[in-house]
Amino acid sequence: MIVRRLAFAGPLVALLLACTFFALQSPRFLTGANLSLVLQQVMVVGVLAIGQTLVILTGGIDLACGMIMALGSITMSLLAVKHGWHPAVAIAGGMGVTTLAGMVNGLLVTRIKLPPFIVTLGTMNIAFAVTQLVSRAQTFTDLPPLLTWLGHSVRVANTPIAYGALAMLLLYGFAFVLLRETAAGRHVYAVGNNLESARLAGINTNRLLLSVYMLSGLCAGVAALLSIARTGVGDPQSGQTENLDTVTAVVLGGTSLFGGRGLVVGSLVGALIVGVFRNGLTLMGVSSVYQILVTGVLVILAVATDQWSRKS
Amino acid sequence: MSDPTAPLVLEARGLAKCYGHVTALDGTDFEVRGGEIMAVIGDNGAGKSSLIKALSGAVIPDSGEIWLDGARVEFSGPIDARRAGIETVYQDLALAPAMSIAENLFLGREHRRPGIAGSLLRLLDRQRMEREAAEHLQQLGIGIRSITQAVETLSGGQRQGIAVARSAAFARHVVILDEPTAALGVKESGTVLDLITRVRDRGLSVILISHNMPHVFALADRIHIQRLGRRAALVNSRDIAMADAVAVMTGAVEWPATLQTNAV
Repeated sequence: MIVRRLAFAGPLVALLLACTFFALQSPRFLTGANLSLVLQQVMVVGVLAIGQTLVILTGGIDLACGMIMALGSITMSLLAVKHGWHPAVAIAGGMGVTTLAGMVNGLLVTRIKLPPFIVTLGTMNIAFAVTQLVSRAQTFTDLPPLLTWLGHSVRVANTPIAYGALAMLLLYGFAFVLLRETAAGRHVYAVGNNLESARLAGINTNRLLLSVYMLSGLCAGVAALLSIARTGVGDPQSGQTENLDTVTAVVLGGTSLFGGRGLVVGSLVGALIVGVFRNGLTLMGVSSVYQILVTGVLVILAVATDQWSRKS
Repeated sequence: MSDPTAPLVLEARGLAKCYGHVTALDGTDFEVRGGEIMAVIGDNGAGKSSLIKALSGAVIPDSGEIWLDGARVEFSGPIDARRAGIETVYQDLALAPAMSIAENLFLGREHRRPGIAGSLLRLLDRQRMEREAAEHLQQLGIGIRSITQAVETLSGGQRQGIAVARSAAFARHVVILDEPTAALGVKESGTVLDLITRVRDRGLSVILISHNMPHVFALADRIHIQRLGRRAALVNSRDIAMADAVAVMTGAVEWPATLQTNAV
């Protein structure tokens, strides 16, 4: 229990240290407007990271979630703009497509018994290619207001907070309860701890894994909507940095890449750490190449800490 | 000690299983009475493991019959056997290390909260599971500081204790233990052996697979000696010397039928 609490405290301490550091460096960092900007920059990766956490907790990995998200946002824009569907139906259609893509991942993992790394590496490329083909590599503009509604803000204490950020926090709360307080959630951990013993304990491991990959697909669908809301366009090139940023967020959040250990709220902290570093370094005038470099160092540090703490 | 007139709880007749050209089971018989500890011994390749897997539903025999509590049963998987009241502690893969003791005890059989919170929202009743887990471990004399601590923080002996306790908690007829002391030191083995006796004393039948002859002779009421895919002998453990049991196991001697305890 103590170990588990520490596993969560570590990332939180890192986040607070980062915030303190940037607050000292730039007076603009700790303003409401800037922090709400960080939250907005984080919301797409944050939502994708929920699905990624579920998959990694089972001992797998989803390398395709960002590309599936791009496919989703193109589907939504295409249906709404080119085919003139009602935007609500277009959104549902996009989420259906991403969930279906997650289902393909899940079926390949559970039925054909392929390693998740290979499966999602394949579907990542397929999803990217399909996105380019379907959109003819064109960005969709002039989207109906419903598709960008989540980008609007509500003012709390004179600080604008995007609906999308609130939606992300809501989803984290939901995932937290699901993982902690339901049998299915505990089975996610059991499968990641030991697949065979979970099966022998009577858990339908194939059904569980399939649902986890489908949920990751659904998260990609929600993230697609958030991405459209943030940028105002349906962009076939989106999702490329987010794809691996989700893994970074999950790992920084203290979830083990070997599965079976971790907390979903840790991934939110992990996503915020990345977001705070990017934002803080920008405020300090550090070029974006160095931000990517710092992210890389952070990941290696996080995994090293994870392994080191497990050994001792 | 068990009651030698107790009815048979689990019985197998003529079990056969081939893997390609390899005959693992060659028409073997098996039996265990209510509330007895039946040890299964045999050399490597004698078919011990296939026999146990057939009884626990992990292997489907090519032919032969299994009877549980007087009724013919056919298991299509481990879950089937479990539903029928046979619990198995598999060597090395019993528990989820990062999960708590209480979670491990109830894994796959969780209690949900009463009312709408359980039926509609499907929320777990943690408090009930933790309370019942603590009670159950206490009844079996397993001392644990906290029921919410992760299994990986326990010693090997404590872990094995939890695995045995889980099977005892849910078994209605038979508990199968596959080499429960193989990875343990002397003192820890002693604790687990005591625990197995207490499980038997609650009226459950125990099938104990072990290579450790002193453990077998210390615990077992009867011994099933498996050799070349068949039952070479079925003896009361007090009627045979350890050396003789080993001799039967290796085929050096054949044990006289008059000294065996076959019910039929």
